[in-house]
Amino acid sequence: MLHYFAEILPSLLSGAWMTIRIFLWTLIISIPLGVVVSLGLLSKFSPLRWILKFYVWLMRGTPLLLQLIFVFYGLPIIGVIFQRYDAAIFAFALNYTAYFAEIFRGGFQAIPNGQFESARVLRLTRWQTLRKIVIPQVVKIVVPSIGNEVVNLVKDSSLVYVIGLGDLLRAGNIASARDVTLLPLVAVGIIYLILTGICTYLLRRVEQRLSKWE
Amino acid sequence: MLELKDITKRFDNRTILNKMSFQVPDGEILAIVGPSGAGKTTLLRCITGLETVDGGDFILDGEKFNPAANRDNDKVIGVVFQDFQLFPNLTVMDNVTLAPELALKMNKADATKRAQDLIDQLSLSGKEQLYPFQLSGGQKQRVAIVRALAMNPKILCYDEPTSALDPDLRQTVEQIILNLKSEKMTQIVVTHDMQFAKNIADQILRVEPIDA
Ligand SMILES: Nc1ncnc2c1ncn2[C@@H]1O[C@H](COP(=O)(O)OP(=O)(O)OP(=O)(O)O)[C@@H](O)[C@H]1O
Ligand SMILES: [Mg+2]
Repeated sequence: MLHYFAEILPSLLSGAWMTIRIFLWTLIISIPLGVVVSLGLLSKFSPLRWILKFYVWLMRGTPLLLQLIFVFYGLPIIGVIFQRYDAAIFAFALNYTAYFAEIFRGGFQAIPNGQFESARVLRLTRWQTLRKIVIPQVVKIVVPSIGNEVVNLVKDSSLVYVIGLGDLLRAGNIASARDVTLLPLVAVGIIYLILTGICTYLLRRVEQRLSKWE
Repeated sequence: MLELKDITKRFDNRTILNKMSFQVPDGEILAIVGPSGAGKTTLLRCITGLETVDGGDFILDGEKFNPAANRDNDKVIGVVFQDFQLFPNLTVMDNVTLAPELALKMNKADATKRAQDLIDQLSLSGKEQLYPFQLSGGQKQRVAIVRALAMNPKILCYDEPTSALDPDLRQTVEQIILNLKSEKMTQIVVTHDMQFAKNIADQILRVEPIDA
């Protein structure tokens, strides 16, 4: 049995690498974009606010799977053609930005106005206030919710099977169908557990670092 | 000396302050008293530039100035908020040195030395590396005072400095305010505690609600 695992491992690992790439790119794009969109959601300019609210509503109100299908099979109808991999990252980034934006919006709103006023009478500029006072507090507030989404993302990434990308789950499926055994899927489950375990561990470390103040 | 001339403030056409005029000579303490909703906090917020006024002039040392737009580092007006508003993510020391370093462009060593002097003066020695959540209410208030003083303000303002504290800490606050007076700090104190006002003030200003 060990021999069998050793045999399928390379294909599972190359699938896992695809999963990890989608995961990392989605985070790298959606976290900063989520901050920007959250600021837009809080902006005083109402047309911008409404457009972004609509976007968030759409992304959170429909399944990610459906969005993925639309990006890959639907957009070409209006002439926007993505490679599979790009389509996956585009759809995931679009979806996760909306979730992150909502989380960051909540974080920014949780900062009492008195903190801004106190910074203002101390003559700090708007940017200094954000950097030294507001953002550290927002980060502390949002880390647990962001962490949930990050772990979800590891698992959600398996949805890319629908557009035929060779990720971890697909690699397991192929081996399972070929060899008529569920063992590859057990291995897939273990690899997912390792990936989410690493994320959980890193997030806990970040939370610990932030717990020295309240 | 700070002088207010005909200061008027409205919120949505409701007049809160109507042509308010008074003077605070250097080194003196003005107490602002009056019933709830009279506009005491609003007046203080106008003086500290957190609200813009709808009429009238502020004159500081003979020169007109606009607190809401004032960026002159020689004309800082310090504020101790009712709920202190310390920065929870910074230690006591960093709370105090942040603005002198960023806004007054002091170097870290000078800012830290000045902060340490003030921290010692207000009996906060040993608390430098604590975070605000580790302090008592009275200690938080003293940090807020130190933080404001570190900016070398011309005037120091307090909103209800006794309201968030245990009654037996009232004397301590009185003592701090009077000690600062002996160092020639000009101070404006909003309070609804008449006895407290009488104990500290050179001048008491009564603010009354304006009937609509
Ligand atoms: N941002 C605002 N917008 C509209 N009205 C306001 C605003 N701030 C204060 N007011 C109104 O102005 C009036 C004066 O309020 P203010 O807070 O100055 O009273 P106060 O004298 O400090 O009262 P207290 O003793 O309860 O603190 C109140 O009627 C209040 O409702
Ligand atoms: Mg008040």
